[in-house]
Amino acid sequence: MTVASFWLLSALALGLQSATLAATPPSLKASLKSLRSVGPEGLGNELAKSAWRRVASVEARSLPLVLESMDGANDYALNWLRSAVDAIAQRETLSGRPLPVEALHRFLRDRNHHPRARRLAFELIRSVQPEMARSLLPEFLDDPAPELRRDAVQQKCDAAEAKVVLDKSIAVVEYRKALAFAREADQLDSIAKKLKELGSPVNLSRTFGWVTAWKLIGPFDNTTGVGFTRPYPPETSLDLSSEFDGKTGRIKWAPYETTDDYGMVNFNAPLGTLKGVVGYAAAEFWSKSARPVQIRLGSQNGWKVWVNGKPTFGRDEYHRASEIDQYRMPVMLVPGRNLILVKCLQNEQTEDWAAEWQFQLRVTDEQGTPLLSSQ
Amino acid sequence: MITRFYSSNKALQISLFYLMITRLATSLIAEDWLGFRGSRGDGVSTDTSVPHRLDSQSILWSVNLPGRGLSSPVIVGDRLFVTASSGARLDRLHVLCFNISDGSLRWERQFWATGRTMTHEKISPAAPTPVSDGKTLFALFSSNDCIALDLEGNLLWFRGLGRDYVNASNSLGMSSSLVFADGVLVTQVENDSESFTAGLDAQTGLNRWKLDRPKRANWTSPTVYRERSGQVRILLQSFQGVTAVDPASGRILWNYSEGASTVPSAIWSDGRLYLPSNGLTVLELSPDGSVPKQVWRSAQLRPGTPSPVVLGGRVYSLNDGGILTCGDGSDGKRLWQLRIKGPFSATPISAGGRLYCVNEVGLVQVVDPSQNEGTVTSELALGQTVIGTPSISTGSLFVRSDGMLWRIGTPSTR
Repeated sequence: MTVASFWLLSALALGLQSATLAATPPSLKASLKSLRSVGPEGLGNELAKSAWRRVASVEARSLPLVLESMDGANDYALNWLRSAVDAIAQRETLSGRPLPVEALHRFLRDRNHHPRARRLAFELIRSVQPEMARSLLPEFLDDPAPELRRDAVQQKCDAAEAKVVLDKSIAVVEYRKALAFAREADQLDSIAKKLKELGSPVNLSRTFGWVTAWKLIGPFDNTTGVGFTRPYPPETSLDLSSEFDGKTGRIKWAPYETTDDYGMVNFNAPLGTLKGVVGYAAAEFWSKSARPVQIRLGSQNGWKVWVNGKPTFGRDEYHRASEIDQYRMPVMLVPGRNLILVKCLQNEQTEDWAAEWQFQLRVTDEQGTPLLSSQ
Repeated sequence: MITRFYSSNKALQISLFYLMITRLATSLIAEDWLGFRGSRGDGVSTDTSVPHRLDSQSILWSVNLPGRGLSSPVIVGDRLFVTASSGARLDRLHVLCFNISDGSLRWERQFWATGRTMTHEKISPAAPTPVSDGKTLFALFSSNDCIALDLEGNLLWFRGLGRDYVNASNSLGMSSSLVFADGVLVTQVENDSESFTAGLDAQTGLNRWKLDRPKRANWTSPTVYRERSGQVRILLQSFQGVTAVDPASGRILWNYSEGASTVPSAIWSDGRLYLPSNGLTVLELSPDGSVPKQVWRSAQLRPGTPSPVVLGGRVYSLNDGGILTCGDGSDGKRLWQLRIKGPFSATPISAGGRLYCVNEVGLVQVVDPSQNEGTVTSELALGQTVIGTPSISTGSLFVRSDGMLWRIGTPSTR
């Protein structure tokens, strides 16, 4: 994000604050504004230091106002604000003063508020009324706040597990409901494994929503890592019918379909176990409308990703580790055909564990709901 | 009546006198432990009251921690600070302050990671040890979120270095601990991609300087040393060797280019640098600040994950499997080896002439290294995985696991 776009977004976020915050006492309002104004590389830290003390000193009844100020705040500001909430809640609780549970509950139920602020409200309620918090969980099964949704899904899984001994068929139904609401990769995976144990396997690849149909080309040269910054022809003009001079001779695009449960696109399979090489993978993704999505990628090779010719992100780390949804890149899809291009780089390490030359990719909404190409 | 009052008053005066003396003695004995391997960074405490014999009665208290971690506890006066991380993605970062006397929680602050939190399963984002200057606590996490709090838990500044510099991360996790020198907080954020070390202004968190560093994953921590002129210097260790830096300006003073380990960290002791390089290499640091000269090198003294310890003219290296090797600090000659129960990740620390070694299954082993051969004099099983290096203060050893924090000492010091 450029500094200009950062400030533009910050200004928009400040402008979008609700009327409730507008009614906040002027001194608290100014302090909250200082906390919301922090930015990259420590911008605003000096003003925020004294503002934090003022915010942290307010009474518990102001907690919903502080939480509300998280709406639209950047990740730096969120941390200033949440630590102030910690300080207020801990001081007030130690002093024997009650937390405003009813107001916190109202805040929690309004899904327009920042997911993290709502989760924090939930935890404040849970700290003083754990039974009430537990009883609220079922309503978060489809919640946009990932941690609330996760706990609700876990509660559903616990209920399903309790049914396994009594009636497996009921357990399967309950686990399938939990699967429908789960969004985080480890939960999806563990529920799918449980359903398989219960004799009701799911299509894991479809559950995760991997992009499976690709065209691959390679190898280009990555000796001594030169390939990461070198723009080979697929980056400059993506014509899937073209042929090029590669590292080992003439190369051309070839179709590749991954059937791996975890969506791995493995360059070693069609191209051989090579070292010091670059491969490209291209996939069409059709969308019925223009919409913001996330490209979620996992790889322990070097990589870069473009969507419709625009670079999203890239990383030149090799053979450390990978996991599902390791990197999440927000992009905007256009209506109709979108073209995803992945550059996947292999280095020259010779250890057995450095043989992998692969990646996995899916398209999701912000909450992690897998989106499939409409064609 | 008058006599009795006088007597009781005198008794009170005597009691107060002894209380003052006891307090004074305690304050003289009690030594803050301000960062990784203590306030001097050598892992050796001057505290002579840490027990040499341990049993279940030695556990003065234990408390649950809200998340995982392997950072060392930091101790300032009667307060202990420790970091932890929790949540499904370990992206909830905790800074906790406990009372040393009874393990009660004074305060806790939580933060949301702004950088990547993925790590190897053995470690977690709360890997780097915080540092304190006695007034402020500076905490760093593997996500490269860096936080300054005063001792009461008031937030002074926040930096999301993993957000500011978006490719500064390591998918196995980062563990370089913070050091503090000349009003500058040194954050070694060295990795395969966007690799750097930054000097942050301790008052504001703003960059004083930022150095590009070798693009290679690095889990070592910087070493602080003082030249004879009194100038404080920072040594940055990497696979290439060692770079000496002026902490105030970030100016590079010299480079040692014969390579070094990226896991165990160097130690500065008595003007010499004990560097995990080609085994263990000892460098004589020049009084005028020029490139150091090699004194000796020993392949036999190669440390594993734990960093070496220097004690009483001897150097001790511990490998991951549990072979403790003692070498003569003057020439590197191997004096003895002792097999203790491994495996090890934590660095041994020392007090009262003993070495305290905690293995990965939470077994505390006390080694008396003073004889011709080292001897394990006592053991205490904590029953949990321990990866982080313990700390020493107030006559006690402080050990943390992923879920617990223990104070181990003599019951009378409770």
